[in-house]
Amino acid sequence: MKASEAIVKCLINENVDTVFGYPGGHILEVYEALRKSKVNHVLVRQEQAAAHCANGYARVSGKVGVCIATSGPGATNLITGIATAYMDSIPLVAITGQVNSMKIGRDMFQEADITGATESFTKHSYLVKNENDLPRIIKEAFYIASTGRPGPVLIDIPSDIQAAKIKKLAIPETVNIRGYKPTTKGHIGQVKRAIKAISESKRPLIIAGGGVILSHAQNELLQFVEKTGIPLVHTLMGKGSLPTLNRHYFGMIGNHGFSGANRAVSKADLLIIIGTRVADRTWGGVSDKISEGMRIIHIDVDPAEIGKNVGTHIPLVGDAKTILTQMIDRIEKINTDEWLSELNSDKRAAGKRATDLVNPRHAIETISKKLNDDAVIVADVGQNQIWAARYFEDKIDRRFLTSGGLGTMGYGLPAAIGAKIAAPKRQVLAVVGDGGFQMSLQELGTISHKKLGIIILLFNNSRLGMVRELQERFYGKVNAVELDKNPDFIKLCDAYKIKGIRVTTDSELEDAFDKAIRHKGPFLVECVVDPNESTLI
Amino acid sequence: MNRHVLSVLVENQSGVLSRVSGLFSRRGYNIDSLSVGETEDPKVSRMTIVVRGDDYILEQIKKQLNKLIDVIKIVEVNPQQSVFRELAMIKVNTTMETRASVIEIVSIFRANIVDVSSETLTVEMTGDESKIEAFINLMNNYGIAEVVRTGLAAIERGSKQIKNQKVNEEE
Ligand SMILES: Cc1ncc(C[n+]2csc(CCOP(=O)(O)OP(=O)(O)O)c2C)c(N)n1
Repeated sequence: MKASEAIVKCLINENVDTVFGYPGGHILEVYEALRKSKVNHVLVRQEQAAAHCANGYARVSGKVGVCIATSGPGATNLITGIATAYMDSIPLVAITGQVNSMKIGRDMFQEADITGATESFTKHSYLVKNENDLPRIIKEAFYIASTGRPGPVLIDIPSDIQAAKIKKLAIPETVNIRGYKPTTKGHIGQVKRAIKAISESKRPLIIAGGGVILSHAQNELLQFVEKTGIPLVHTLMGKGSLPTLNRHYFGMIGNHGFSGANRAVSKADLLIIIGTRVADRTWGGVSDKISEGMRIIHIDVDPAEIGKNVGTHIPLVGDAKTILTQMIDRIEKINTDEWLSELNSDKRAAGKRATDLVNPRHAIETISKKLNDDAVIVADVGQNQIWAARYFEDKIDRRFLTSGGLGTMGYGLPAAIGAKIAAPKRQVLAVVGDGGFQMSLQELGTISHKKLGIIILLFNNSRLGMVRELQERFYGKVNAVELDKNPDFIKLCDAYKIKGIRVTTDSELEDAFDKAIRHKGPFLVECVVDPNESTLI
Repeated sequence: MNRHVLSVLVENQSGVLSRVSGLFSRRGYNIDSLSVGETEDPKVSRMTIVVRGDDYILEQIKKQLNKLIDVIKIVEVNPQQSVFRELAMIKVNTTMETRASVIEIVSIFRANIVDVSSETLTVEMTGDESKIEAFINLMNNYGIAEVVRTGLAAIERGSKQIKNQKVNEEE
């Protein structure tokens, strides 16, 4: 059998039924093998989108996302997508073609050292030198990508290796990598210490991060919160870890979070940090205000995150779901009534600012009410992302996706494609700004081609809004943020046979969203927003 | 900023050295020296890395190294319970007048002369770093043409061994 056929067989063996990619000269063999297989290949319009699609697909399906590109420019186009997945710990396997293995290092046509280039933002990578290693490498790649702290793994396969013959395909059943033994279960002594600290605390607070979502621990977290009575705030990546309407829910923290939520952190006497590295955007707003005697329990599957950005008193290494389960069995209710009512009285709902155009908060709140309980919302980057994060209502089966770690503009549209392909029956909403939309505009082609019923909610402020705001704050003047010569997005979508409506006032929103939801197939709702609208509304 | 010596067992594969050294430069950790070679198991290489940093940095270095899939085990070796050795080759400028005194110092240091030319002597020596530095300092008086050092290699005293298996913390 040809090695390329073995590659596809190995992918199928890993439960892969869909891959996102873009062909080229040094990946032809794999594409020929794909053609003969049952694997669904989604042709994107630029390789970066293949990685983002695989990212959205992975987050919604719970499986490893797979993207494929050719050598050289195909591979380098993947880079931003791989880095995006790395920063958010998304399980991805990226397969790239490479020039003939005998010619590597001679700057051949379309040669790029992609394992070298991605070294600092892949969890691991392989440059395949012997076709007989392929079954083991693919098995390992999927295992590494999906276990412990998930992340992207790259497999670079020279064209001659793809074309080589393999005598007999023997796919290993198990993986044994002596340098890789992730811990999932919490150390029982530490679990007991954590429980003791919780029972002694008066003002405990959970900070939930993306790790809760990655480990599918929403139900366990809900149980934990209900059983103990401990209130919760979350990071941007932790959005969706607890339903918004739960009485223990106190909102998003961080630079773009709610001030009440940030204040809650500074008032707590015990923080239970779950599945977050508490990076600068999260911690910046609160770190200088935390109280002297505050104790910190930090639960994370990656031991290197514990103690990296915040000091920890009780480290608990392991998978969030497993550790929460370990704790639920042993923990008892603590009296948090007074603490909860204090936090409640500090929740100040800001009024909506009046505008002649569309109020983005109102738009998000309106569509949030209309979408199903298991809808997926994908936010791009910028003001639109923050509006979506602050005002989209989380429910236990809803899913919120965004590029939180790298903050990659252009993520939204392709990630929504991946999400929709992973769950064709669920509603998928992509929230984008006019800047980020134009970074992945070409993917309208993929959406139209695959007839994907995605709702695109475009906030058109004719600006790179987030940057405009920063420039005004720091310099009082703006530069290079005007997008005044934007195309007519409705016409543009029309060219792709995608329907759309432009909305210029709040009163038209209901009707537009109803149309979008009823419509079978992709639909654009373009909301015209005041260029001076601020992020924190 | 304290000095620490780490023994790191890694898979003997291409790309490993780049991953390890890349990690140090990327995260802004300082390496004093790094030496690497095959071990009793040909599939495993052992790196001896000398680093500088406070407790926080050292902790981070160990944890970040541990995240590399090819890293099997990391042990910080205790200077009191270990033997440190480095090989250095030093080409010293000599003249008719100075040659004899250089040879005398070489023999005091139990070093070897491995090559001679009319203008130079090449000395090979092993020892811990302080011995090598002391020798180099003395040779500076004569003029050093070239120094080549391998970096430190470290091994623990006694029957203790660093096993090439990561222990599964759950077991
Ligand atoms: C690829 C990339 N380039 C640049 C940035 C910096 N950046 C962050 S937000 C932003 C503006 C986004 O503008 P737009 O997409 O119109 O969204 P808005 O903020 O107006 O909602 C920019 C340029 C980024 N995050 N990603």
